[in-house]
Amino acid sequence: MQIKINRQNNIESFELPFQSSTLLKALYHIKNNEDNSLTFSSSCRSGVCGTCAVRVNGKEVLACSYTIQEGDLVEPLAYHEVQRDLKVNKQKVRETLKQATAWLQQSQEATITQEHIHLTEKQSDCILCDSCYSSCPVLEVNPNFIGPFALTRAYRYTADPRERDIQAIIDNIQSNGIWDCTLCGNCTEVCPQGIDPKMDITMLRGTASQFGYRDPNFQAMDFGFGGGF
Amino acid sequence: MEKNMLDILIIGSGGAGLSSALSSKEAGASVLVVGKSYPTASQTSMAQGGMNASLGNVTPDSIQAHIDDTIKSAHELCNKEMVKQLCEDAPKSIEWLEQLGVPFDRTAENRVAQRQLGGASSKRACYAQDYTGLKILHTLYDTCLKEGIEMREEYFLLNLITDNGIGGFSPEQDEAKAVDSKSPKNITVLGATFLDIVTGEVKEIRAKNTIIATGGYGGLYKNFSTNSEGATGDGIAVVLRAGGYLSDMEFVQFHPTALKGSATLISESARGEGGYLVNTKGERFIDELLPRDVVARAIASQITQGEEVFLDLRHLGEEKLLTLMPQEVHLCKLHENIDPVHQLIPIKPVAHYSMGGIDVNENLEVTGLKNCYAVGECSNAKVHGANRLGGNSLLEIISLGRLAGKNAVGCVFQRTDKTNKTTTKQLESDQEYIEGLLEEYPWEKNFYTIQNKLGEDFYKYAGIVRDNTELNNLLNELRVIKADLDNMGIGDKNKENNTNLVDFLQFQNILEVGEVVLDASLVRDESRGAHYKTAFPNEENKLYKAHSVYWIEDKVLQNKLVKVVS
Repeated sequence: MQIKINRQNNIESFELPFQSSTLLKALYHIKNNEDNSLTFSSSCRSGVCGTCAVRVNGKEVLACSYTIQEGDLVEPLAYHEVQRDLKVNKQKVRETLKQATAWLQQSQEATITQEHIHLTEKQSDCILCDSCYSSCPVLEVNPNFIGPFALTRAYRYTADPRERDIQAIIDNIQSNGIWDCTLCGNCTEVCPQGIDPKMDITMLRGTASQFGYRDPNFQAMDFGFGGGF
Repeated sequence: MEKNMLDILIIGSGGAGLSSALSSKEAGASVLVVGKSYPTASQTSMAQGGMNASLGNVTPDSIQAHIDDTIKSAHELCNKEMVKQLCEDAPKSIEWLEQLGVPFDRTAENRVAQRQLGGASSKRACYAQDYTGLKILHTLYDTCLKEGIEMREEYFLLNLITDNGIGGFSPEQDEAKAVDSKSPKNITVLGATFLDIVTGEVKEIRAKNTIIATGGYGGLYKNFSTNSEGATGDGIAVVLRAGGYLSDMEFVQFHPTALKGSATLISESARGEGGYLVNTKGERFIDELLPRDVVARAIASQITQGEEVFLDLRHLGEEKLLTLMPQEVHLCKLHENIDPVHQLIPIKPVAHYSMGGIDVNENLEVTGLKNCYAVGECSNAKVHGANRLGGNSLLEIISLGRLAGKNAVGCVFQRTDKTNKTTTKQLESDQEYIEGLLEEYPWEKNFYTIQNKLGEDFYKYAGIVRDNTELNNLLNELRVIKADLDNMGIGDKNKENNTNLVDFLQFQNILEVGEVVLDASLVRDESRGAHYKTAFPNEENKLYKAHSVYWIEDKVLQNKLVKVVS
């Protein structure tokens, strides 16, 4: 089987002695036996550490959880600084978590039911692999967009009964945040954990409106008719 | 306090490191967390089953029952005071995590739900589906961001900086040490040196206190371990090189149920919820909820007899499986092409957890080193003894992680020291070593091939069932590899983002840690917990109710057995 790897915009082909293999196993085979300099990131091998996300034929996957096909083209994540081959800088992208203040602002005593837990069960499965961020077309036009995973995480805390200060999070995701999303659903499609950031962003918009925020795009399109129709 | 001098340097950014960081920060200290990967990539993310606390939310429980179960599983090798402290602190640790926002599952009465794990006398493990470790880790990470804790990713630990000359990888580096070798008890840790993986530069970070939280050495059993690629015992090797002490390194827990092909973990909760272990004939051959060492040996014995062993979850039903173990179902499909709702899951026992590690006292200070703490899987706080109970490792990293952070701060404020004024040549020495690896080392032998073979040999000969002749042969094999390191080196000579270089440094750590594991296994002529020798099937309390302790003095590996009191 043959796969191709985009290394610093140079496409290299590698022949593999497998009929079937995860991509990660294939990458290790190449590094261990053919080219020590092939550079990629990995850790847990079982889809929970979020380290090994790459793009295959333009779509984001975890290398440890993807079964390779003949002729696959493997590339680093988009909208990340490529450090070398498939290894990218995630540090800058993680700044979005700080921007969104995606944490419990003020903890309060609260009764938590299993229904509450279910409500954000998926959202708290996030492994920070950055697949959603790489798939998001908004970043093409607005590099400052907070992006899907940080907004999902923000939602996860706003929906937690232990959060006393929901508004603090809502305030912090207005600029370059929830209203910049086009709801295209790419993020939802590529998430290896089955998380639906598009829905989370929609929910956050609903919460934001309760705090008096309105869609600025809608206001811009309002042409002075007062929006009251 | 001296200005601009870092109070607490935390090496390792898993659950133990982040818990230490939060408690150090809370106590008013300046904190820096340094790790070789990103914080959320740590081993903690892989812990599935749960975290023990005797809340009694589901079945009656008590702190005493938790203590008793832990001590029983430890086979006399624990410190009962430490166990007591850990079990007493467990409910408080859960409460703390609850305040931070960890989404633990709930009972019908809206209390934290608890499940049965092996070796426990009650349903004691608090869980968040089978993502307990992941959700705890990410909540800790979010909290660290909230608290503004500084983190430095992709810094690979090279050596501790001490006032005792230079410790290092190569014999040339160690040469300098003989000149001013002090008595081990007086070695003061001043910080550590790191390879900045991204730039390829070697850097030093000085601090008043250093906390090592770098994880275990399951990676020794490469391809036969549930652990991540990075479980290479880095902090343990570094402490050994600096003159500190290790203990009980022969105790490695084998998890009974990993997928046969990929060694991917299938959580103990699968058996806790009622899963069966069956052989090729479809017969059950062991009580599935006995402690891990017993179950692992029973499976190994079946495999030796030519049987295949399977986990059978079919009778639990699709709904229950998808609700309680979605991750397991997914992993079975991905790695084995098996649907556990309808099919048997082929399994084998593999290395899972390191009970041994850096020897620490009750304050979690590293034996032999001053101003240095160790916590989590890299340490031996003597709470797990010869065999760890499922659900006690997440408890350890949270409870003792917070304790390490608190203790380290306590002594920082009492002290006025000259940590940043003492000059050493550690940085220069490590810089030269890394430059040498990039420039001079040949690449005549492929260390990856050697490491894979060594991992398989450790599984076969230093694994679930051990034999002195085989252990001796493996120790010889390992020493031959060590002597041959000069012919290995790395093929990738680029300075920046050189993961080949990191792999090679980790391999060297594995060799140093592996040597101690083998020697300690040879010395212990008995069977206790996870350590089992066919020729010595019983516990020999007279000789071996003792911790095996290792350190390097005058460039030679030394050891002694320290009797367990009480």
